[in-house]
Amino acid sequence: MRNAALLSWQPRLGRLFIYATLIAVAALYLIPLWVVLLTSFKTSADIRSGNLLSLPDVWVLEGWIKAWGTACTGVSCDGIRGYFVNSTVMVLPAVALSTLLGALNGYVLSLWRFKGSELLFGLLLFGCFIPFQVILLPMAQTLGWLGLANSTAGLVLVHVIYGLCFTTLFYRNFYQALPQEIIKAARLDGAGFFTIFWRIVLPLSGPITMVTLIWQFTAIWNDFLFGVVFSAGDNQPMTVALNNLVNTTAGVKEYNVDMAAAVLAALPTLLVYAVAGKYFVRGLTAGAIKG
Amino acid sequence: MILAQTQTARRPVRLGLTLEHVLPKLVLAPSLVLALVCIYGYMAWTGYISLTPSSFLPMYELSGFEQYQRLLENDRWRVACFNLALFGGLFIGACLLVGVLLAILLDQRIRAEGALRTIYLYPMAISFIVTGTAWKWILNPSLGLEKLVHDFGFTSFEFSWLTDPDKAIYTLVMAAVWQSSGFVMAMFLAGLRGIDSSIIKAAQLDGASLPRIYWRIVLPCLRPVFFSAVMVLSHIAIKSFDLVTALTAGGPGYSTDLPALFMYAHAFTRGQMGLGAASAMMMLAGVLAILVPYLYSELRGKRHA
Repeated sequence: MRNAALLSWQPRLGRLFIYATLIAVAALYLIPLWVVLLTSFKTSADIRSGNLLSLPDVWVLEGWIKAWGTACTGVSCDGIRGYFVNSTVMVLPAVALSTLLGALNGYVLSLWRFKGSELLFGLLLFGCFIPFQVILLPMAQTLGWLGLANSTAGLVLVHVIYGLCFTTLFYRNFYQALPQEIIKAARLDGAGFFTIFWRIVLPLSGPITMVTLIWQFTAIWNDFLFGVVFSAGDNQPMTVALNNLVNTTAGVKEYNVDMAAAVLAALPTLLVYAVAGKYFVRGLTAGAIKG
Repeated sequence: MILAQTQTARRPVRLGLTLEHVLPKLVLAPSLVLALVCIYGYMAWTGYISLTPSSFLPMYELSGFEQYQRLLENDRWRVACFNLALFGGLFIGACLLVGVLLAILLDQRIRAEGALRTIYLYPMAISFIVTGTAWKWILNPSLGLEKLVHDFGFTSFEFSWLTDPDKAIYTLVMAAVWQSSGFVMAMFLAGLRGIDSSIIKAAQLDGASLPRIYWRIVLPCLRPVFFSAVMVLSHIAIKSFDLVTALTAGGPGYSTDLPALFMYAHAFTRGQMGLGAASAMMMLAGVLAILVPYLYSELRGKRHA
């Protein structure tokens, strides 16, 4: 803000130009969403006669109802309802588990360091960077052996394992900033490993837990690669189902259905963003800059 | 009596100490071992598969670097790598440009800054599959942008990049920049807010003009942010799979193929596991080629500081 005050362009024309540019760019970012929403409320005939930005002649829920309940996604024609449920069932335990384990790992790696723990952390950190293509084949094989191939449980496992790299990083960096004296004092008072974690460290972890939960929720809900490789048929997550729905070539293309399904797929993460955007941004920059 | 008391008192403490030494490791061990095996073990495993003639099922007799040779001679792979360079270059360049400009403009005491930031960033919360679906519709050659411009009265306007093998790759750049540039803006904005204002004040007192101050002082200060952003963006580019699947599916033909798509197609749908594994290893090499110099300079920078 201080810089801004110093550098603000004084002439009125300059300010006008800045505002005009910023608003025009904001419109560019919003137009795709607007187009998608408009299209989802049109009838197929309306889509063909109008254009991207024309308002629907009549606002109808046809596309939404079909997308939710009867649209064809590859083999079956039960809409995306079931896949939405799949994603929900997958995302909740995966987020909870990876966050909890990340908190414990971060706690050990920052406040209970031992010989070699920094190296372990470095090794784990590298997992944030690998292109996942490099682990897909062995993981598919392993899930097969475990009897988890093409199951939601298998997907949860995969997301927990590779999510750990990020969650551990988040918590470790956060706990690193806690004063070691707290832990020392608590230990002198006779508090043990878990007591310190539950009573002292965890109550201080509010902000980082929000960041981690939101980061994990967004990453796992939006994941496509693991979904398409490790699941099949009725167990697929939402993103895979959306892609199947859009690319199902049977029959006439119904763009209103595609767009309604796309909005439904984006809705949970958009809601999270609307409610807790602050933490979302913090997670992005923390994950990006430090990771 | 006193001695006995202190001894009994000490014993539990010592027990506690040993338990406390082991407990952190015990807690860490399961998830960490699992993660490390699933990172390094699987990487080695994929590396091994890439040295075998595996097709539909994994085979474990070695055949040397045959798959890599096949890969380098594969025309589709060459197209994919060329596309990655083109897409990555344009995507990173455009995101940096848009990001830094938006950040500078937003840093001018803008009234609705919070709202604008929220708008610039929301695409980042959306899945690339949704973005791809939306842009596929917007760029639809007959009903999308083209029709919109026709309805505005410019009836000779033609826009069919999505189905043009030479132009389709640019549609990927558009959608990807739309999705990621707001995030780059957020990084630069955070960087701008961290610059010491006294430097700028001094420059102003010396009579430097505003563009000059930005060009000579502010932008050089943003160097670290710039490198972090390049790092993140190149990472997104190399991993790009969802967006290309949803928007072009690699088509028309394989004109918009990317390494990640190539790997998936060969390893999982075309029964060319060895070739797929080799392409995955090449992707890893690509990431390392960017990551290692970055980490090296980061660590060196820290040591100097």
